[in-house]
Amino acid sequence: MIDPRSWKKLKKNPVAWVAASTLAALVAAAFLGPLFFPAGAGEPGPLQQAAPSFQHWCGTDLNGRDVLFRLLLGLRISFLVGLAGATISFFIGTTYGLIAGYAGGSLGAAMMRLVDILYSVPRLIFILVLINALNASLQETAASLGWQWLVAYSRITILVLSLGMIEWLTMARIVRGQVLGIKEMTFISAARAIGQSPTKILLRHIFPNLLGIVIVYITLTVPAVIIDESFLSFLGLGVEAPLASLGSLLSDGAGALNPVRIHWWMLVFPSAAMVLLLLSLNFLGDALRDALDNKTS
Amino acid sequence: MLSASALAKRLLSFVAVLFCVVTITFFLVRLSPGGPFDSERKLPPAIEKALLKKYRLDGSLWEQYTAYLGDLARGDLRLSTKYRNRTVNEILAQTLPVTMTLGSISFFLASVLGVWCGTFAALQHGSWRDAGAMLFALLAISLPAFIVGPLLILVFSLYLQWLPVGGWGSFSQLILPAITLALPYVAYIARLMRGSMLETLQMNFVRTARAKGLGELRVVYLHALRVAILPVVTFLGPLAAHLLTGSIVVETIFHLPGSGGFFVHSVLNRDGFLLGGVVIVYCFLLVAFNFFVDLAYTLLDRRIKPCD
Repeated sequence: MIDPRSWKKLKKNPVAWVAASTLAALVAAAFLGPLFFPAGAGEPGPLQQAAPSFQHWCGTDLNGRDVLFRLLLGLRISFLVGLAGATISFFIGTTYGLIAGYAGGSLGAAMMRLVDILYSVPRLIFILVLINALNASLQETAASLGWQWLVAYSRITILVLSLGMIEWLTMARIVRGQVLGIKEMTFISAARAIGQSPTKILLRHIFPNLLGIVIVYITLTVPAVIIDESFLSFLGLGVEAPLASLGSLLSDGAGALNPVRIHWWMLVFPSAAMVLLLLSLNFLGDALRDALDNKTS
Repeated sequence: MLSASALAKRLLSFVAVLFCVVTITFFLVRLSPGGPFDSERKLPPAIEKALLKKYRLDGSLWEQYTAYLGDLARGDLRLSTKYRNRTVNEILAQTLPVTMTLGSISFFLASVLGVWCGTFAALQHGSWRDAGAMLFALLAISLPAFIVGPLLILVFSLYLQWLPVGGWGSFSQLILPAITLALPYVAYIARLMRGSMLETLQMNFVRTARAKGLGELRVVYLHALRVAILPVVTFLGPLAAHLLTGSIVVETIFHLPGSGGFFVHSVLNRDGFLLGGVVIVYCFLLVAFNFFVDLAYTLLDRRIKPCD
């Protein structure tokens, strides 16, 4: 149940418009753009490390692949990872927050204490340990089951799962705070009085009232997951070649920096794409927060 | 002041958190298939057997775990399984000073510069300087180190040739890494500080100080700052964690011989003891740091009861 006035408020916000259209352009480019390239644009070519030109708008990389083509594919992967991670964190965080808020008392307090502890742990460091622990096991399992596709994508699968599993903390906190307020309202007492089960109260009566704020935090979780994924891919621990993500492209660009000949295009274009993506998502999230969330701000 | 029982409580939770970290790390590392000394370069069977026996790796999981705890209690982080002639202790003794130097400089930069910029923006509230500083801060917060670092190299090392591309040893090689690592947190603390300073300047005790006829500088830096800085102090714990994580990427960008690089290699090489050693030492440093920040906070803010 989103207040219709928020929608009007959002439509009047110019920042939201700019951010949303930038984001839409990036999504369209990432998913449709590669179709306009000639076949084999992502394959190694004879023209290595060429500066931007009419054939290659963003130049070519060390193997003669078109940087723009790789960039669009990388953008696509980063988007998908961000969305998948945010979806997982949405399910975990909302469920956790709903239960902790509705249960209240010592159970709720203990659940939030756990969130506090997890907040203080350097989470990305534990993700590295998780990748180390699970990647080989998953590959073995997938190979024994004959799932070849999973063998190739095992690391990215673990990455998405574990990123979703660490980014739910803020969502849980926010949802719990909201539930604490909502559950004291009279319509909840009424629902309880007619004998509805807690699950039904949570899903039918409480959750719809959280929709606005949940949408805001999903929008803000996507860039957080994208940054984490790029961090890992930059270190060579994320997506594996020949797949690309913004992080691995930035890593290639940083690796190609040398004083003899400056291959600036391999660094500047991926950086610009990532900056645009992060800023548009963050500004859109802030605008949504201003419009939808009239309680916490 | 802090009571002995409150201190004991804190120490107990300090030990409990460390114990959890060690246990989780041990089981996560052992979870991955294969023995610790399996790799392309096979060890002579006799040596492998002796090593497995030394670390009790031939026993049950429980025996392995207790043996690891025993080694840790003696301060032995064991042998790196990749760099076989070096112990994890030796590697950390060589690399940790690099990480700590970079981390402390960035920590100092972020906290001092952030507090100063935030106070400055709050005093200029509503002017174009305030708006400009906050817009810049928003940008700096959104940009991760792996974008800022390579771009700084591109501009300042390659085009302008003012500073070296990377490496370790001289002061000039420290500048770009420290800026890259500290920048987002300077911005974050500046924003935190600005908000808190604006709120504090509205408080009654500030008006009293002004009414007494104190100079503006004295009012702001001696009276208001002491209260306004509290939210920044609570952020110092998370700041240390962020810097330690961020330093992994910064060390990679600028080719610094720090422990972050070894950490990444330990994951790539599946070097279990090195991985475990770095995680445990990092967590120990962070938990210890948080412990001191907590103490400092209770001493700074008299409104907080130390037994909470």
